[in-house]
Amino acid sequence: VKFDAGVLLLSTHRLIWRDQKNHECCIAIPLSQVVFIEEQAAGIGKSAKIVVHVHPASSNKEPGPFQSSKYSYIKLSFKEHGQIEFYRRFSEEITQRRWENMPTGQTIQVNKDPQAGRIRAVGIVGIERKLEEKRKETDKNISEAFEDLSKLMEKAKEMVELSKSIANKIKEKQGDITEDETIRFKSYLLSMGIANPVTRETHGSGTHYHMQLAKQLAGILQTPLEERGGIMSLTEVYCLVNRARGLELLSPEDLVNACKMLESLKLPLRLRIFDSGVMVIELQSHNEEEMVASALETVSEKGSLTADEFAKLVGMSVLLAKERQVITALLLLAEKMGHLCRDDSVEGLRFYPNLFLTQS
Amino acid sequence: MHRRGVGAGAIAKKKLAEAKYKERGTVLAEDQLAQMSKQLDMFKTNLEEFASKHKQEIRKNPKFRVQFQDMCATIGVDPLASGKGFWSEMLGVGDFYYELGVQIIEVCLALKHRNGGLITLEELHQQVLKGRGKFTQEVSQDDLLRAIKKLKILGNGFGIIPVGGTYLIQSVPAELNMDHTVVLQLAEKKGYVTVNEIRSSLKWEMERAKQILEHLLKEGMAWLDTQAAGEPQYWLPALFTELYSQEITPEEANEAIP
Repeated sequence: VKFDAGVLLLSTHRLIWRDQKNHECCIAIPLSQVVFIEEQAAGIGKSAKIVVHVHPASSNKEPGPFQSSKYSYIKLSFKEHGQIEFYRRFSEEITQRRWENMPTGQTIQVNKDPQAGRIRAVGIVGIERKLEEKRKETDKNISEAFEDLSKLMEKAKEMVELSKSIANKIKEKQGDITEDETIRFKSYLLSMGIANPVTRETHGSGTHYHMQLAKQLAGILQTPLEERGGIMSLTEVYCLVNRARGLELLSPEDLVNACKMLESLKLPLRLRIFDSGVMVIELQSHNEEEMVASALETVSEKGSLTADEFAKLVGMSVLLAKERQVITALLLLAEKMGHLCRDDSVEGLRFYPNLFLTQS
Repeated sequence: MHRRGVGAGAIAKKKLAEAKYKERGTVLAEDQLAQMSKQLDMFKTNLEEFASKHKQEIRKNPKFRVQFQDMCATIGVDPLASGKGFWSEMLGVGDFYYELGVQIIEVCLALKHRNGGLITLEELHQQVLKGRGKFTQEVSQDDLLRAIKKLKILGNGFGIIPVGGTYLIQSVPAELNMDHTVVLQLAEKKGYVTVNEIRSSLKWEMERAKQILEHLLKEGMAWLDTQAAGEPQYWLPALFTELYSQEITPEEANEAIP
């Protein structure tokens, strides 16, 4: 679809797009047609986008660029700034649904000139003028900081372009690039904060930095893990490590990337991802079957058990008992293995011995 | 007639040409990597200069931070991806957001038993500011949202749900689909919602409405008031901070720190 360079406007009733070059060209969609919107982050060679899912067109739809389309969504591509703010405002308008309350007399009139066959947007000209005035005012106030920032970003953009071109080379070579070169490239990307475009991973998304970090973590976390029944959620680890550091903190991605390397570096800890998506670090010596057997015994003795009760009884750290989701995950595993069955009521999840299994 | 391209000699020649082409390919990538390394050094210098002039601006001015973040996003750069990145090291943006992440986690953990893991952005903002004290950097709601987007990566169920012009922050890995979200949005106006309100506003059947509400009850995100006049009301504790904006107690604070 050739709707390039333009200005996107959001009113309480509609989403309007106007061609920057040809001011006569203007298209709009009523907000009532929008089902759902989602964001797509920018990447190499891709601008940030908003995807707008719409209802099928009704039969009394006004004429527009297309009478029908095989797609049920529109993509708005933000080549310059504004995607985040626009998404936020757009979400607001969709949630508030103000078009339902305001009488139609107040909407912007779009006049059709039947003789010339053009569509003039009268109300929109006024809005455009106001935007222009505001822009000029902001221009006057642009601080040196913003100018410097823009220049810096231009240079950063060059780095992104260069990394794109190298990434393409790597993809083409399909295995001819040395590991060393790959690692170097990854560390350059890390420095710039550019997402790794080469999806084929040899050693995870890690760099030397992450390898070192993994080894450090193994040292730092040994005792805390032992104190907590051998298992901690990644969120706990993030807080623990960063609080200890005070400065030069780890980003969540740094932590995850380092943890992904634990196993391949044969360190005494490993990363595990439960079905629910919860991520934990556990000691290699942490034995799944033992935990499950222990859960089974306790459940039999007490008749039934909730996740919280189990944690407290087994002596798993009180702190971990607060990480209810970790315990639930373990008990769900025991259930999956057939040892327990559940009663899922409004009062919470409670586990019972699986009598079907043991008493047949 | 001399046929070209056939015979062992031709095949060997072709292989040699391919090998030379590949070799040149290797050299090309090596060249580019060397070029990138040089440009990286130059960029680092530029960034250092920028930092020496404007680091304070970024620290003190939330609006400038937003512009900075937006511009990075536009060109495809994530300044918060790694603490080891240039942006983080030289502008200090990393530490600011990563520490904010820790503070957000702690507040959410402390209040989870009250609200089931749902909290409004406003309340989160208030509580985080309280925890930070008077003499630290200003923190905007935009800052919180960016920190939360990063936290999601830890697999902890952090999520951002738009409701009535603001956001609810989810901090537990409970499954909340569009049905749940829409009910939360409906409840936002009064802080509670009833089965019949759902049925008339959203045109759902009884079963669907009940299922969604029961899930919210189970997760501790909704409380049931059976003694309300008329039909039972499902209240969202996350939404009635006006009535219950209590401080975090010392007990709650203890539970929050791993």
